[in-house]
Amino acid sequence: MSTPAVAHLQTKFDRDLCERFHYYMLLMRELEDRIENKLYRQGKVVGGCYTGRGQEAIPVGSAILSRPGDWLTPSHRDMAALLIRGVTPEEILAQYMGRATGLTKGRDGNMHMGCSERHCVPIISSIGASIPIAGGLAFAMRYRGESNVVFNYSGDGASSRGDWHEGLNMAAVMNLPIVYLCNNNHYAYSTPLDKQMKIADIADRVAGYGIPAEIVNGNDVLAIYEASTRGVEHARAGKGPYFIECKTFRMSGHSAHDPADYVPNQLREEWSRKDPILMLQKYMVENLGADEQDFMEMRKRVLDKVAAAVEWALEQPFPDPATLEDDVYAPA
Amino acid sequence: MAETTYVEAIRQGIWEEMDRDDTVFVMGEDVAVYGGAFKITKGMLERFGELRVVDTPLAESGIVGAGTGAAINGLRPVLEMQFADFMACGFDQITNFAAKCRYRWGQAIPMVIRAPAGGNIHGGPFHSQNVEMPYVHTPGLKVVQPSTAHDAKGLIKAAIRDDDPVIFLEHKYLYRSVKEELPTEDYTVPIGEAGVRREGSDISIITYGWMVHVALEAAENASGEGISVEVLDLRTLVPLDRESILDTAKKTSKVILLHEDTLTGGMGGELAGIISEHAFDYLDGPLVRVAAADTPVPFSETLERAFLPSVEDVLAKIRWLHRF
Repeated sequence: MSTPAVAHLQTKFDRDLCERFHYYMLLMRELEDRIENKLYRQGKVVGGCYTGRGQEAIPVGSAILSRPGDWLTPSHRDMAALLIRGVTPEEILAQYMGRATGLTKGRDGNMHMGCSERHCVPIISSIGASIPIAGGLAFAMRYRGESNVVFNYSGDGASSRGDWHEGLNMAAVMNLPIVYLCNNNHYAYSTPLDKQMKIADIADRVAGYGIPAEIVNGNDVLAIYEASTRGVEHARAGKGPYFIECKTFRMSGHSAHDPADYVPNQLREEWSRKDPILMLQKYMVENLGADEQDFMEMRKRVLDKVAAAVEWALEQPFPDPATLEDDVYAPA
Repeated sequence: MAETTYVEAIRQGIWEEMDRDDTVFVMGEDVAVYGGAFKITKGMLERFGELRVVDTPLAESGIVGAGTGAAINGLRPVLEMQFADFMACGFDQITNFAAKCRYRWGQAIPMVIRAPAGGNIHGGPFHSQNVEMPYVHTPGLKVVQPSTAHDAKGLIKAAIRDDDPVIFLEHKYLYRSVKEELPTEDYTVPIGEAGVRREGSDISIITYGWMVHVALEAAENASGEGISVEVLDLRTLVPLDRESILDTAKKTSKVILLHEDTLTGGMGGELAGIISEHAFDYLDGPLVRVAAADTPVPFSETLERAFLPSVEDVLAKIRWLHRF
């Protein structure tokens, strides 16, 4: 049986922490908006274009707990995880535009980026493949006797793949320090949950592997922060993996080309009223004395940052075709 | 001094690398307590402990993924696929992720995937295949297959020290059928270097793995008929030693491409392309492929014998090519 949602807000959230949540959620929202609704439409971003609109609370409420020695394996809907790890909007935009200064030097596009120095593994397009990878990262931590943990991100779609099951089972058997953040956004591309699985909660699948799991409101950054805190403490203490199913909704198509007209309007409207940024703002107004003016200032700061980054990225060079065959193998 | 078998040579190679580098560990199905299906990891659990000799659930994709993650995070995994045939279950992890890491994000994956391959052991369709080509065809992977105990030890050590993912194909028939005296000092066999096993002047056979021994036997028989055959052992399939391939082709002008893998889409076609493009003017005859039949590997002895390239098959092609 799945663990019922824990009554949330045992933590006293201070203004400083909430402002950090707010900043990263807003930065992800505005950066992705600029990418999807401007740069992509203008043909300056080509190829696949994935966003995590409506799901910003998940990477923010969890990755903010990461320490330098931890590793993260973000999915394509977790841009804020990269931002929190120090990847800049400039680097992200150069990546989306296929420029030489993007994180993959133009060898891969969109959210398919990672960085060894900042301990972020790039998404693997065969979704679910990052689950065993997280196991290996965590295995190495235990090998060296560290108290670091892995933050692994995936969605409901991944939970149908064999790798997901192999990876969770191995992590459980080996007692590895991993916190899994599952964004259950109810659709795998166009396929709704009831055509993906016969049960209601992914957490029920996890229970079969003997991994503790809890279900949280995936649009509530505070709930995710609290659940992640529990998960990280569990994993750092050597108690093994921990799974958090975040119920959320993809407020976009699978990719920018996808109008998602297979999603019933009523469902979309219902979830639009649960916007994670608005939810946080409401909390900040009611509990921390923030007001509309504060949010407008923050938004302006973020928009200026995005605009400057776009300007910079547009000036970046494309990769030199002469570098085509570089870095397939280690230098001789 | 005692002779060392191919299987023991691999075991020694891994053992010595684990001794000299504590980031090296082994992981796979039945590798720890049981010592591996072919006993390659026998005694390692007792010597190196359970942190470095790791039994896993039956999950090849999970094993390769875990190895790759560990390699990203500073370790040097030596993974065992119980049979090369089952490496297909980890194919996505190997080809879609591990192989591309350096190119996509500059991340080295110093990982060895050991895979017992090959037939002539009555293994049937799931325990006899030669699966090299999908991996040869994947940029970012290195692929090796030793044919002697000396090379088995030298290549496994080189593979473990290599900073790229290496598919290490071990031939099951050779495990206990070949042995030799090995150097007492530490040595490696460089990845990417072929070796001339027998000098000759009339015909070259380019091959690898168990077929090196078949080629040598055919060459010995041919010498009795006055035909001088050179045998080049590729040892590494990626990166290919093009220089040695072209040298032997130019030297003898007649080339047989021999492999135990099935014919269509096999290594022979790739080698023929290289020779045709770069040594065409030197050739005095067609490039001839000798390979297994395009069928699954059959079990029954008469069928498997018919399936595998034999000394007689190779000799027939030597005689035919010699007439050009």
